[in-house]
Amino acid sequence: MSSEETNGFNPTIIGFYCRWCTHAAADLAGTSRIPVSANVIGIRVPCSGRVDPSFIYDAFTKGADGVFIGGCHYGDCHYEDGNYSAFKRTKMLQKVIKEFGIEPERVRIEWISASEANKYKKTLDEFTETIRELGPLNWDKHLQERDYEKSV
Amino acid sequence: MSEEKPKIAFYWAASCGCCEIAILDLDEAVLDVAAKADIVFWPVAIDTKYKDIEAMPDNGIDVTFFNGGIRNSEAVHLAKLLRKKSKFLVSFGTCAHCGGVPALANLKTKDQILERVYKTTPSTVNPEEIYPQTSFKVDEGEITLPELLDGVYPLDNVVPVDYYLPGCPPPKKWILAGVTAFLTGELPPKGSIIAEEFALCKECPREKPEKHSIKEFKRTWEVMNIDFEKCLLDQGIICLGPATRAGCEARCITTNYPCRGCMGPAPGIIDMGAKMVSVLGSILEEKDETKMEQIIDEIPDLAGTFYEFTAGKSVFLRRKN
Amino acid sequence: METGRIGVFICHCGTNIAGKISIEKLMDFAKTLPFVDAVRDNKYTCSELGQSAIQETIKERNLTHVVVAACSPSMHEKTFRSTVEKAGLNRYMLSICNLREMNTWVTEDNEVSLFKAKKLLAAAVRRVVTQKPLEEEKLPVTSRVVIVGAGIAGIEASLQLANADKEVVLVEREPSIGGQMARFDKTFPTLDCAACILTPKMVDVGQHPNITLMTYSEIEEVSGVPGKYDVKIRKKARSIDEVTCTGCGICEEECPIKKIPSEFYVGLKYRKAVYKPFPQAVPQYPVIDRKNCTYFLKGKCRICEKECPAGSIDFEQEDTFINVEAGALILATGFEPFDPSNIPHYHYGEYDNVFRAIEMETILNSSGPTGGDFFLRKDGKFTDSKPKSVGIIHCVGSRDENYNPYCSRVCCMYSLKYAHLIKERTDATIYQFYIDIRAAGKGYEEFYDRLQKEGVIFIRGKPGKIIKTEKGGQEKLIVQVEDSLTQTPLHVPLDAVILSSALVSRPDAPEVANKFGIGCGSESFFRELHPKLAPVSTQVDGVFLAGACQGPKDIPDTVAQGAAAAAGALSLLSRGYIVNEPTIASIDEDLCSNCKMCISVCPYDAIVEDTEKKVAVLTASKCKGCGLCVAICPSGAIEQAYYSDDAILAEIKGIIETGKLKG
Repeated sequence: MSSEETNGFNPTIIGFYCRWCTHAAADLAGTSRIPVSANVIGIRVPCSGRVDPSFIYDAFTKGADGVFIGGCHYGDCHYEDGNYSAFKRTKMLQKVIKEFGIEPERVRIEWISASEANKYKKTLDEFTETIRELGPLNWDKHLQERDYEKSV
Repeated sequence: MSEEKPKIAFYWAASCGCCEIAILDLDEAVLDVAAKADIVFWPVAIDTKYKDIEAMPDNGIDVTFFNGGIRNSEAVHLAKLLRKKSKFLVSFGTCAHCGGVPALANLKTKDQILERVYKTTPSTVNPEEIYPQTSFKVDEGEITLPELLDGVYPLDNVVPVDYYLPGCPPPKKWILAGVTAFLTGELPPKGSIIAEEFALCKECPREKPEKHSIKEFKRTWEVMNIDFEKCLLDQGIICLGPATRAGCEARCITTNYPCRGCMGPAPGIIDMGAKMVSVLGSILEEKDETKMEQIIDEIPDLAGTFYEFTAGKSVFLRRKN
Repeated sequence: METGRIGVFICHCGTNIAGKISIEKLMDFAKTLPFVDAVRDNKYTCSELGQSAIQETIKERNLTHVVVAACSPSMHEKTFRSTVEKAGLNRYMLSICNLREMNTWVTEDNEVSLFKAKKLLAAAVRRVVTQKPLEEEKLPVTSRVVIVGAGIAGIEASLQLANADKEVVLVEREPSIGGQMARFDKTFPTLDCAACILTPKMVDVGQHPNITLMTYSEIEEVSGVPGKYDVKIRKKARSIDEVTCTGCGICEEECPIKKIPSEFYVGLKYRKAVYKPFPQAVPQYPVIDRKNCTYFLKGKCRICEKECPAGSIDFEQEDTFINVEAGALILATGFEPFDPSNIPHYHYGEYDNVFRAIEMETILNSSGPTGGDFFLRKDGKFTDSKPKSVGIIHCVGSRDENYNPYCSRVCCMYSLKYAHLIKERTDATIYQFYIDIRAAGKGYEEFYDRLQKEGVIFIRGKPGKIIKTEKGGQEKLIVQVEDSLTQTPLHVPLDAVILSSALVSRPDAPEVANKFGIGCGSESFFRELHPKLAPVSTQVDGVFLAGACQGPKDIPDTVAQGAAAAAGALSLLSRGYIVNEPTIASIDEDLCSNCKMCISVCPYDAIVEDTEKKVAVLTASKCKGCGLCVAICPSGAIEQAYYSDDAILAEIKGIIETGKLKG
């Protein structure tokens, strides 16, 4: 369920977990021994509003197949409304990457409170399947492919 | 040797020609340049041939000002040739620096472009689906065309560049500063971008409030009674000024037109689209999720707005599929 | 150029980690990572032995950075920060790699888990080398607490602190302290007299040497930093000189303006233009209501001034402003009783004998309009006939998607209380129209049991409407309800209906929250830091909550919270300093273009414009390290310590690079 068995494509998904909610939910999934997709690796950030869209650009161009942002429910943000910023940025980012041929479904934002370990599991498992179906992005290889000899 | 006038060259790749006009816009100063230097190559004005350049010794040209993006194999050839033959290679204008408007083509693949241009535009009648070829035999011999590359690239993707004069076209004062630097020999460190070292907001005369806020996005023509003093973003118009390098003295903004980023990304950032997403996402006031989605969905051509001049410098570079 | 000598310490955590992944293989992998100098493992790294091993290795190998790959940072980040600090390294040169909660405990396949462990470790190792030493700033805490709101919550908090020998400034916007509780007659479930238990505390507060009581005062502005708040208080003009006034009450007796509806008695009784809100008011100084006083309206009368034996009337008095510095602030601003005029089918405010809860409290109070008896009304005035049948409708404005979704917690209990007291005073038949009976507190269920035995009739149903009719010249009310237990529609004829109305937040709660830099949660109650583990703290250091302003609750819980908030404040004041976590932002003035995006997005007003230099300037002690300004800065001029762009990008690189090593 949580593993990387099928067909040799192992999605690499970068996760940004807000320290107060999603990261705590991830820990709770741990203490509850709930199996979760191993394809999503979480990076702890103080707030989902700390996530600079540049990070997401960086993740894709380095070779990630998907990016996940986990924050607090509206009204629960430890810093008042960082999560609103995160949501709007994500929606805009999805529009922009679509124009480059990157499926907007490769970026997902979800509100997972500290007590929602099951939601955490469900979201990550679901997202891993979405990315598996979309296939590898290989944007790092795409950047290397040019039909002239790059001398720089 | 010291009595010899410096040799300069100008070249245009995928460009509109306005960079050449910018040289002429130097007015009297251009005569000084002509007096102090030898223009050995300037396709728009002088009849020097490529083979003349090929015949020159390496580093024979003191400085080449190269404008236009790298769109086809001819531009690649000239970029490499001029790099070899020039002591200093200056990326002149937005297209050479960031890809410019031609690089908007990067939001489509080469195949999508060819299909559109040669097959599906309403005014095209091409039932045999004839596309341009790079070579074709005729009775007189073989004729060739340069090959279209898979994208539009900034000059420094193809060859190392010594200096950049950004802008569409570069503002007069910076062109003069650049040319003077070469003539006097007082050059900034290699790789310098010859413009300001901060973002446009610093140069922009408009009032920035303590709390920027956008209620909805508007096209410039949708704003009735546009306020001349207030920040354009707060009037709902997407202005790229915060993420764009200064140096142009906010020339567009003073005519009530938002900045479109032609001077390239601000000094501390890499991709202006990423930062503008960050800015707009936060200062959009709406907090109802459905309405947030709707407002954002309704913005026409967000990628085109962000990368109107800088698609070649965007982190994603060009479309896949 | 980033460089360093990193020590990687991998924990077995018994079998929690070692039972799933090969520690040896992970150690081999660690050795391949850049700048890694020493790789060690330990069965229980958090133990004394484990920690000593880290410290020895730091000294032996002259390490500059440490990665501990073990359990979650929420478990032991603080522990290991202290460990490395004791070995001479700065606390922030440490990175924790979560191999347990985030990996071995959630991954089934061992090989998959090992691969994930490598990615996590690479991220931590790449990250740590971007980290720089940081100093934790100790901010001093002023030894004074300002408490806003002098109801029972504020009173409890101020007494606790004052008795601990701390200076308290208690600010109350009404002319007297006491809050809502002062309006009650008896309190459930013990039915002890509210005034009897409250007034001694009110007097204590008025007389305590450590409490500066500022009544008829409001908070104008709050500024400053945690530990050193500057509170500007507006002391409204009573028009009475408090120094000379003896509280004799002659002014009130002589005042000719008699027909002003009393706010304290919910408009059911009249007061004068110069008045004390209720007999046991603390302080005992009256106040002149300038909106209704003849002198202020027309320049005439001045009888109170003539009659005052102490010469304490001062018509020229003006509002004054006092600035108080405080180390901690407690908000105890209470609740507002719900106004059922919003509910058209209950006709509150239209029909004479439909009452709301706070009116009932006032009527049953012996100092109220009827001396404590329950009389029916006609044309807005109390008659001398008592009701023979009374209906009490529960959950008015509560548990209702049209008004407030929550349960107000106390209404079932006070409904039972009214039933008892009304039966006692009128012998009427009482009906309770309820959805559920919530009697969770100590003695509450027993009280419910008692009321059932007293013959109160309980009908499980939420009335759809109240209809007015007449019988023998007297207004009769008919409640239309479905008895859900018998599934029978009923029309219940009654003389009076009481609406057990909700406890809602004060209408100015969002404004107040804003002043104090805290947030409002659902339905505008103040937002606590954590609903379970920190119910009286807020996200702002040094600002605490107590009582109903945080959410509807009964008196025992309110008092407990008052004491808890006092303990929180006391803890700060005793320690004498606040530590600001140094993972804060910093602005590069050279890159700053004064675009003000950071100022727009900061929730703490920690950034302002320097109007001379024309750049943004950050006050470090106000920064909470959320990172919003860092993410938004379109000049790339703002960086965050510890959660820097470099650190996060390094983690991304570590993860993806390692991901490529295996297919």
